[in-house]
Amino acid sequence: MSTTISTRTAQTQFREKYLTIDFIWRLATIAILIVIAVVMFMPFVWLVSSSLKQQHQIFQYPPQWIPSPVQWDNYVNALTYKPFHLYLRNSLLIIILNEIATLGTASLCAYGFARLRFPGRDFWFAIVIGTMIMPYVVLVVPTFILFSRLGWVDTFLPLTVPQFFGGGSFYIFLLRQFFRTIPEELSDAARIDGAGEFEIFWRIMLPLAKPPLITVGIFTFLGSWNDFFGPLIYLNSPDKFTVAVGLATFRSVLATRWELLMAASTAMIVPVIILFFFAQRYFIKGIVMTGLKG
Amino acid sequence: MTATRSMASNAGGRPAGGFGWLQNLTLSQRRTITGYLFISPFILGFFLFFILPALTAVYLVFTRWNLIAEPQFVGLKNFEDLAKDALFWQSLKVTSIYTFASVPLGLTMSFLLALLINTKIRGIAFFRTVYYLPSIVPAVANAVLWAWIFNTEFGLLNVVLRAIGLTKVKWLQEPSWALVAMIVMSLWGVGSSMIVFLAGLQGIPDIYYEAAEIDGAGRWQKLRYITIPVMSPVIFFNLIMGIIGSFQVFTAGFLITDGGPQNGTLFLVLYIYRNAFEYLNMGYAAVLSWVLFGIIAIFTFLVFKYYGSQVYYENV
Repeated sequence: MSTTISTRTAQTQFREKYLTIDFIWRLATIAILIVIAVVMFMPFVWLVSSSLKQQHQIFQYPPQWIPSPVQWDNYVNALTYKPFHLYLRNSLLIIILNEIATLGTASLCAYGFARLRFPGRDFWFAIVIGTMIMPYVVLVVPTFILFSRLGWVDTFLPLTVPQFFGGGSFYIFLLRQFFRTIPEELSDAARIDGAGEFEIFWRIMLPLAKPPLITVGIFTFLGSWNDFFGPLIYLNSPDKFTVAVGLATFRSVLATRWELLMAASTAMIVPVIILFFFAQRYFIKGIVMTGLKG
Repeated sequence: MTATRSMASNAGGRPAGGFGWLQNLTLSQRRTITGYLFISPFILGFFLFFILPALTAVYLVFTRWNLIAEPQFVGLKNFEDLAKDALFWQSLKVTSIYTFASVPLGLTMSFLLALLINTKIRGIAFFRTVYYLPSIVPAVANAVLWAWIFNTEFGLLNVVLRAIGLTKVKWLQEPSWALVAMIVMSLWGVGSSMIVFLAGLQGIPDIYYEAAEIDGAGRWQKLRYITIPVMSPVIFFNLIMGIIGSFQVFTAGFLITDGGPQNGTLFLVLYIYRNAFEYLNMGYAAVLSWVLFGIIAIFTFLVFKYYGSQVYYENV
């Protein structure tokens, strides 16, 4: 009897001790979380705040965090100073073509790698993995020469045609991982019904693959919207610029008009953030599976 | 079985021509053809946009070519130039310092952040979002934003430094500070590798920690002897991707500092860009590209060799 009681007190003491340490630990964690959140968020506040200032308020110390008056006109001025509507149209055109290309051909290849058995499959898949860690910059110069020989410079072709060839190793990999999880019985049942391999792919697999296809679609969008190097080297005429190149030239023209530059930058960031809030889990999935940068 | 089947289709008496020959193939042959048809976009792309450019790049290193005149064969001249080119060595130095600072710092930070947001607290999703958001900001918009943040008189960073009683820093006017600025900027985007780490952390079974607690392990010991070893494949993955990514850094150096001041942020890719598209020196740019490839390959190999062997895989 007495031994039981003493064990119990020891247990409560033990518990109390660790509960308090736990509590302090928790408080510290929350405090650190908040401090880091403030640091991480500050550039965004700075961006938006600067984008709503008048020219003279930009160069003020200490800075006004909430500008008054709020200069909404900056957005109109920034986006009409250069033909951003053209840039937007160009970017969207490239994005649509790349979506068709990537979703179509990456899923086709991924299905082949995941569900079909044939000699040489694993060899080619090893090459897919190999090209995943190949730094793209290394081939930029010879690829440029290739496209310039074809007369493709200053067209959208160099920025879209390559996507029709598998759409990129990361996406093939991501979709292949998904297709492998679908039970074989499903395809077998269709085969017994006389369905061809393409029919199985098109009628059964693709409808099931909506979530990973959305992930691939999002990253394709981000890839084309954010791409700078490609449009920079291939597009020369200002009326063919994408939003990214447009913003970059805007910067060289308006070196110190920070309020306009911040307004244009905000305008380029907002679609991405909206997309993120609508499709968070697909973002997370894509990064986790492939390490793709958002 | 396959033989019977192909014979059976022959016996069906299909007319020759058209796709009739398909019927004469065995099942395994047909499977092979179907398989290759499915992956044919990748294979074609691999030859057109990988092998062909790679071979072109081999040829280019022996030439001097401005894209307008015919290419001139110059032997090993480009390599001789490379050895003597102070700007090349400068770009190599700048890129290496950047990588050796930003990759370990970024990796450590993203790992710590992942540990931090792996706690079960209400509203943790909010923090996760705030930490992650910077990494989805498009590179060009990011560069323009940070060019303003680094402004000496009115930029955010110096505003904060002055507010806490420090002196302002000439972020973009001094070569070494400019490189520090690039590293600071890269740390803002640690969110995506944080998410990769977080996914790894959430995959660690609770039993491991419970077992360790029974053995009397504290927080530090659990981290040291469970979390880090179990996470080693993820750390390895992020390390490789980090190195590959940071050797290719371009946009910030191009847009914020234009390689300056005094070539302090002349990243290798920026130097390749200038040689190829500003000086139209394709041969030399190809040599520089191969150097970049060699460096990345060597580091990837070293990481595989020395770190890869220590990676713990649960049951592969």
